[in-house]
Amino acid sequence: MSIDSSMLVMIGLTIISAATPLVFAAIGELVVEKSGVLNLGVEGMMLAGAVSGFAVAHLTGSALLGVLTGVGAGMLLALIFAFLTLSLRASQVATGLALTIFGIGLSALLGQPLIGIAYEGIPNYSVPYLADIPVLGQLLFQNDLLVYGSFALVLAVSLFLKYTQAGLIVRAVGDSPDAAHALGYPVLRVRYLATLFGGACAGLAGCYLSMAYAPMWAESMSAGRGWIALALVVFATWRPGRLLFGAYFFGGITILQLHAQAFGIIVPSQLMSMLPYIATIAVLVLISSTGSSLRRNAPASIGQAFHPTK
Amino acid sequence: MIRLQPRAEPSKLMGYIAPLIALVITLLSGMVLFALLGVPVGAAFYAFFIEPVSSLYGLSELGVKAAPLIMIAVALSIGYRANVWNIGAEGQLILGGICGGAVALYFYEVDAWYVLPLMMLAGVIGGMLWAAIPALLRTQFNANEILTSLMLTYIAGLLLSLLVHGPLRDPDGFNFPESRLLHDAATLPIIMQGTRLHIGALTALFIVVIGWVLLSRTMLGFALKVNGQAPNAGRYAGFTQNRLIWFSLLFCGACAGLAGLNEVAGPIGQLLPSISPGYGFTAIIVAFLGRLHPVGVVFAGLVMALSYLGGESAQISLNLPVAVTGVFQGMLLFFLLAADVLINYRVVWGRARTARRPSSEHGASL
Repeated sequence: MSIDSSMLVMIGLTIISAATPLVFAAIGELVVEKSGVLNLGVEGMMLAGAVSGFAVAHLTGSALLGVLTGVGAGMLLALIFAFLTLSLRASQVATGLALTIFGIGLSALLGQPLIGIAYEGIPNYSVPYLADIPVLGQLLFQNDLLVYGSFALVLAVSLFLKYTQAGLIVRAVGDSPDAAHALGYPVLRVRYLATLFGGACAGLAGCYLSMAYAPMWAESMSAGRGWIALALVVFATWRPGRLLFGAYFFGGITILQLHAQAFGIIVPSQLMSMLPYIATIAVLVLISSTGSSLRRNAPASIGQAFHPTK
Repeated sequence: MIRLQPRAEPSKLMGYIAPLIALVITLLSGMVLFALLGVPVGAAFYAFFIEPVSSLYGLSELGVKAAPLIMIAVALSIGYRANVWNIGAEGQLILGGICGGAVALYFYEVDAWYVLPLMMLAGVIGGMLWAAIPALLRTQFNANEILTSLMLTYIAGLLLSLLVHGPLRDPDGFNFPESRLLHDAATLPIIMQGTRLHIGALTALFIVVIGWVLLSRTMLGFALKVNGQAPNAGRYAGFTQNRLIWFSLLFCGACAGLAGLNEVAGPIGQLLPSISPGYGFTAIIVAFLGRLHPVGVVFAGLVMALSYLGGESAQISLNLPVAVTGVFQGMLLFFLLAADVLINYRVVWGRARTARRPSSEHGASL
């Protein structure tokens, strides 16, 4: 079977659309974890964003309103999480799981009337001149705005964490909340904001699924991507650049398994699907061993409740 | 203004009351939610909470659903008390189902007494092996068991799918991804005629007793509790943390594996691409709702089992998606975690008196 350039472009575009929701969800969770919070509710927040974004876009005909609603829905669920874990100091693990279970159920309940409704999807935007470049132009400069947005967001988060004072405070709060508190930084407020940012990103990831990737609503349509996003943050050792690479790697695996059979490669798709999880465990083992240089970026206080008086 | 003031010591009473408060608020919120969605509240309430348990068959189904939840939650409670956060019980359950089911298929059409015990053993070992991975990674490489056990759950699901699409598929099944139906000798005996209630329910009660004895009557249980509450004290007392991690995870793997085998050899009767509606995850809620205590877990397990039955019943009579179960389960855990704040804090009306008593800063402002 011969592979021509149009086929490559087609595969490339599907990889981009598979990776983009992962980029959104994971970059949000990265900031959350950098502030020392582990929110296992990504999957639930994604679905809340997907269903509400789709519903509003369908009712109003405005993709922008849909995306804004989806982002808001993700933030609303994140607010529940933040209130329980930060204000009431509930277990982050338990609350995050509850958020996922709740989000899956609520989105299915609210989305029931939306099943089977068609939506034209977010329009693509061709970058003038660049889009005319053969192959590369088709691949990189004829996507929808959310795809460009995902790259911009990763860059922004990367610069924010590395070069701004606020980013430094987020990292300080995640590494040593006690020291940050002693220096007068509002630990809980920083964590609230980081958690809300994570919710917004997860909501955006959901919007991408229901408004650009599919575009339609189906029960549990995120299909475990929220968990992959969580895995991705660890896989990327909390670095935005590696996260972008990882999202395309994981997204590429899911797409390649679809095409593998066409190329005559007989690997069961389930084995391919396991790869992201196995890779994440391997990375986790590598970074957890003491003395590993990969460990530098891991937030030291992740998952621990903060008691201002201790 | 409402404030939270720390209690001098945790309130035991609130520990018991908090789950009840959470249940009541969940019910009220559920009714509000139904009303907002235009679902008749009375009918929804009846379909969800009354209808499923208004017949003997319904009650037996409650036992069928509660058994795996209780078995797993007892084991999880023990681990959580020792600060071992195994959230991959679902994966351990699946591996138990796979191993037990594989033994059953190996002895297909062998009608002997030893088939079922062998399957149970295989289920227990399968679950333990899957739980041994996070234990090994935690004790040898310090890898966080929350993340590893979670990742392994997804790998387990994919493994099951792989097997029922391939090696364990029914050769006469027209390529459907399911195994042969298990033989009579490989299915669990029913303990109540005309229902699906099987001896797994008795196994669950047995595990409750083991869990209770372990926690309250043995040195190991004491070590687990001390390790969870005060790891340093535990270390001074000479309890090896690694051994407790291994024990917590392996015990949970065994219970979850057995629960998985019970599903395969009980209500399902074959291997399917999915053998559990998330029992391993729901058991986490059960463990918390049951106050990490084996007896509390029994009640919590029954409540959560009702939420599954209620979801199915609401689907049939009101055409609601079965996922509405998740809404109730999620809300219940939210409200429980929120109500738990009452164990360590007192709700106080009035302004904070920070000037006179700096200690009131301890309270989190609502």
